[in-house]
Amino acid sequence: MSKRTVELELATPGLDARGEPLRVPLGVAEPNLDAEHMLINIGPQHPATHGVLRLVVELDGETVVQVIPHLGYLHSGFEKLGEYRHYNQIIPLTDRTDYLSPMANNVGFALAAEKLMGITITPRCTVLRVIACEMSRIISHMVWLGTTSIDLGAFTPFLWAFQERERIYNLQEMWTGARLTTSVTRVGGLMADVPDDFVAGLRHFTRTFPKTLSEIDRVLTRNAVWVGRTQGVGVLTAGEAINHSLSGPMLRASGVAYDVRKDKPYLDYETYDFDVVVGEHGDVYDRYLVRLEECSQSNRILQQALDRLPDGPVNIADPRVILPPKSRAMNDMEAMIYHFKQVMEGVKAPVGEAYVGIENPKGELGTYLVSDGTAKPVRWRIRPPSFINLSALPRMAAGHLLSDLIAINASVDIVMGEVDR
Amino acid sequence: MNPSVDALRATFGTAIGRALESCGDTIVYVGRDALRDVMAWLRDTPEHTYDYLVDVTAVEYRDRERPLEVVYGLRSLARRADLRVKVELEPQGDLTVDSVVPLWRGADWLEREVYDMFGITFRGHPDLRRILMWETYAEGFPLRKDFPLRGRFSRAEQVRQALAAHPEAHYSMEELSIAEAYEELPADMKERLRRGERGTVPEPE
Repeated sequence: MSKRTVELELATPGLDARGEPLRVPLGVAEPNLDAEHMLINIGPQHPATHGVLRLVVELDGETVVQVIPHLGYLHSGFEKLGEYRHYNQIIPLTDRTDYLSPMANNVGFALAAEKLMGITITPRCTVLRVIACEMSRIISHMVWLGTTSIDLGAFTPFLWAFQERERIYNLQEMWTGARLTTSVTRVGGLMADVPDDFVAGLRHFTRTFPKTLSEIDRVLTRNAVWVGRTQGVGVLTAGEAINHSLSGPMLRASGVAYDVRKDKPYLDYETYDFDVVVGEHGDVYDRYLVRLEECSQSNRILQQALDRLPDGPVNIADPRVILPPKSRAMNDMEAMIYHFKQVMEGVKAPVGEAYVGIENPKGELGTYLVSDGTAKPVRWRIRPPSFINLSALPRMAAGHLLSDLIAINASVDIVMGEVDR
Repeated sequence: MNPSVDALRATFGTAIGRALESCGDTIVYVGRDALRDVMAWLRDTPEHTYDYLVDVTAVEYRDRERPLEVVYGLRSLARRADLRVKVELEPQGDLTVDSVVPLWRGADWLEREVYDMFGITFRGHPDLRRILMWETYAEGFPLRKDFPLRGRFSRAEQVRQALAAHPEAHYSMEELSIAEAYEELPADMKERLRRGERGTVPEPE
């Protein structure tokens, strides 16, 4: 607590007349520090906080008394910016919120805008968006697994996980031309159809990915150090998890079988055969098991999506929403007018509001759009899953050791771009 | 329309305002004074059990005549049903509404964010301070429509303020009281700490 605890205990200023530190005289008992708490600062520049999160921790010895998180270092005012942009112009902003799963964010925003405008997308677009979401889930969980295993002292799974993530990134690059800032969706469709060898590439991935998962499983799941560092740490019961509004793997690890894909299906998720992974104890270990198993469930969904991928257009045939092809815009008067109106005025949404929640890797990503009939939303609200999941951190960490705080913080799976927005 | 709306009307009468449907979601307007009771009733009544708070946010319309809205997204996990509850606040009037943190701990940071971005005070919130902007941020509330996109202060003024700020101002009052750093605080923060401005629950009027 105080930097001069010993001197205060001895009731001296700590320095002699010449400014030299006083020696504690022999025979003086050790000061009683039981009531003394220490305040330490972790972050914002600290690898274990997974971004620019700052935690101010009050410690009693090595036990955490309370954690006070400080956010906002990455605040960019995305929601404010969105009020000044057309719906399609907002999509690049969604890349930058949860930047570990950009494609899923694009899908979330496009679904909300389409619900607001009453648009039904094409069958091929639906399946491609499912592929986008599940690829995002795998890369996001792989980053989580890699960084968390490094936090807890296991280096090898990090390399394996990032290798798998790299393969998905190559596929994303093949599809969109970008690895991270994908901006893959448009209102009413997609930026582009997948290239020819994408399907073969993804099929190869889905065949070979389970091997890596089983290797990670073999290295970590029954590893004594891993189990010792994670089991019984940061426990939240089902009731607490619901009361803290947690979502995604954090909620399911506590034993609540709520998955937006099953319970409020979007993109025809009800027609896919996959299991909702539920934990039992709500500790860090169960969150690890849930995320690991979710990766293989995502792999199953990817295989089914590839099997059923229909032919046909990816964009709806509505020239008021989808830009006409450039060749037509240059040669056809009507197409040129639509092109001009869309670029200059934007796509107008009817008066109303829409909320769409999708099951992002981090939890339920909600997009809440309010329109007053113009081409720019009155309000674009992101329900940020990792922001809300992180708000349970002080509750989870209290009473644990400082080293457990790192494990608990890692298990929340935060990405500060989304927490701060 | 969600059947909970009729049940609400039967129980709370005039405290429930209009209800409407937009894009398939039911929205019900609730009077500001009845909010806490309505929320507790929705959470605890067995046939409704909206036990999960999805989101708390606010909306200000471009039309200056329209009131600000505080928006609560509720969900019943068992029944897979959603309900959106709104409270209207006059922008020129008192922007205060009861906090729902006693009902849902998850509302803690969400209400802090609404306070930070819109300046709406939540009565009964245990720790209502800015969350995304820093505690000494003086430009106002960024998501209000009268707040310019580039901020109120010029870039030069922002830099000047950042350089002039006391480094200790980045710690919250609570932390500084733990660290016994009171003597090193700037005078205005000392004054606020002396008044007990942080961490106290204002009495309801």
